[in-house]
Amino acid sequence: MAIILDENTRVLIQGITGREGQARSRFMLEYGTKVVAGVTPGRGGTEVWHIPVYNTVKEAVKERGPIDLTVTFVPGPLVKDAVLEALNAGIKKVVMPVERVPLYDALEIIAYAKRKGATIIGPGSLGLISPGKAVAGWIGGTEELAKDVFKSGPVGVVSRSGGQTTTVCWAITREGLGVSTAIHIGSEPVVGTTFAEALPLFEKDNETQVVVLFGEIGGTAEEDSAEIIKMGKFTKPLVAYIAGTSAQAGIRYSHASAIIEGGKGDAQSKIKALSEIGAQVVSSPKNIAPTVKRILKR
Amino acid sequence: MVRLYEYQGKEILKKEGIPVPSGSVASTPEEVKIFAEKLGKAVIIKSQILATGRFKAGGIKFASNPQEARSLADELLGSEIKGFKVEKVRVEEKIDILKEFYCSVIVVSSYKIKAPVLMFCTEGGVNIEEVAASHPEKVLSMPVDVLEGIRKEEIQTALSKIDLDSQLIETISDILFRLYNVARKYDALIVEINPLVLSRNGKIYAVDCRLMIDDSSAARHPELDFEIPRDTSKPLTELDKIAWKIEENDYRGVAYFMQLASIDDIKKGGYVGFHGMGGGGAMLGADALTRHGMKLANYADSSGNPPASKVYRLAKVILSLPGIEAYVACSPNIASQEMWHTARGLIKAFREDLKDKIGFPVVVLWAGNKEHEATEILMKWCKDLPIKLEVYGRDYIYELDFIAKRVRSLIEEYRKIKSER
Repeated sequence: MAIILDENTRVLIQGITGREGQARSRFMLEYGTKVVAGVTPGRGGTEVWHIPVYNTVKEAVKERGPIDLTVTFVPGPLVKDAVLEALNAGIKKVVMPVERVPLYDALEIIAYAKRKGATIIGPGSLGLISPGKAVAGWIGGTEELAKDVFKSGPVGVVSRSGGQTTTVCWAITREGLGVSTAIHIGSEPVVGTTFAEALPLFEKDNETQVVVLFGEIGGTAEEDSAEIIKMGKFTKPLVAYIAGTSAQAGIRYSHASAIIEGGKGDAQSKIKALSEIGAQVVSSPKNIAPTVKRILKR
Repeated sequence: MVRLYEYQGKEILKKEGIPVPSGSVASTPEEVKIFAEKLGKAVIIKSQILATGRFKAGGIKFASNPQEARSLADELLGSEIKGFKVEKVRVEEKIDILKEFYCSVIVVSSYKIKAPVLMFCTEGGVNIEEVAASHPEKVLSMPVDVLEGIRKEEIQTALSKIDLDSQLIETISDILFRLYNVARKYDALIVEINPLVLSRNGKIYAVDCRLMIDDSSAARHPELDFEIPRDTSKPLTELDKIAWKIEENDYRGVAYFMQLASIDDIKKGGYVGFHGMGGGGAMLGADALTRHGMKLANYADSSGNPPASKVYRLAKVILSLPGIEAYVACSPNIASQEMWHTARGLIKAFREDLKDKIGFPVVVLWAGNKEHEATEILMKWCKDLPIKLEVYGRDYIYELDFIAKRVRSLIEEYRKIKSER
């Protein structure tokens, strides 16, 4: 098992004929993702790596049958219409490897998905991977690297940092272990699936025995996860790390969500919240994989 | 986020029908005097800087006549307050305040909300979260469904449940309704009026305004006048402005730069030019250097697979920081982006700017896509430079303390070479 994505998930790629769309659809196919169709308005009737391209999502669904998940390689300012189109065509999972999505567009996408009972990953997500089964988004980059770094196994990974999602998986592989699903939740100010929503999915997944949470300064995502654990919605062992302990308040480190505002969202408050509910908060990312290994041995 | 000045915020409030005290923005003492004469009463002169706590820092002054206004403006204009140079002041009528309130619209990212939240408090000048916790009866906190918007009647009903004088409900709900429209129309992460006041003659005014626009929406607002559409919680330096030009018209990947120390401080020594290559990992590299006693002259990050030309331009900006004692390009990430583009960008910048820098430390840590190829070409094309170059790969991702110590000892060697010459 895995969460959100596996070898049977039927995947659509929106923006498939663009530079990133073409490159990543090839990677996804090579890795084993069941890509059944692509959409680019005005490019219907063509093919990309033998994947049929349609003008609209509705047409793709009609011709190819039900689609479970769409990946949007569409520029930030235009992506709202693409996602709403997919949701209206009945697609229930959307992965958004797209940065610079205007804030209220993101809020509208998230609110609309909620009405439709759909799951949004991102915006600003590198994507997700269920090793040995399927990948959606950029994560892993090439088949060669992805096969080297990701192995299948009992560890769930959820991270606010894209690069560290891959890095944690690499470290887990190095310890002789593997990953059920790894998700980069996205680096934009507001995202569709936060830690607090991803953890209960891992709770229901039989394959996942332990979860790694890679947090960052800014926002309340880590404190929120502590809250849902307290409510009993996630009961498996959790290993956590919070990046950015030396960051100064008010200074933005790279992406918009990693900022401390008015004393809120600093590393200490996050470490405290997670430690209090019994998570193993490690002091260095180096200790993540060995701690996971120790927990699995018990 | 893009922070707007108080005067810009107030102009927007006024346009959207929220009353603000009469006033104008001015950049010379003479203009201030003229505006004060026009207002014909006691005035406030408020420094326009992108920082809070202006009053305590001496950035807000009261004048009873135009002549006094002129001389106070003369003191404020050109002075430095909280690290910002005062280039403009807002002159406005002094309101005779009877009561103060707080109101805002803030986008909340928490899983429970993920929406703009309309907030109001029956006390002004407060820390809203503290009051919300200790006196919930004084606070209205109302998430708004962005697809539906909000109706004035809903706000009225909500206001009638808190401890607010019932005569004020209609007026306040109108202000809050308009404030939500300001947030929506201008793509604000935060719009805050603290305080909103009731004057002795029974009128409502927004006495202050804090407005922050979402970076990714900035392009939708050409009417707003700001230098760089991103967070400017520190005054921008010349280099910050130059670095933004790299990003401005090139959407391939991200090149982020922020100067953290002044040029004068950097020249005193102990500073490192820092170049991260991927958000979360870059932060870990910065943490490690700080832990080992080095100071960051800047923070920079190239991510999202930028081409070599973009990395080159970013590296040139970092290398132009005078007095840095090392260049650290650190990405303890298994990167999905192809590192050889980064390598090619660095080589060109190093060959141009480090050809005479004997013993200058350059420490590189990268991993992931095309890592070995990147290392190979970087070593090959920097072999004839007099610098001390050390390149590390994926086996060192978790050895950041080691990397930081290497940077430290290379800096010590570099200082020895410099003192001997």
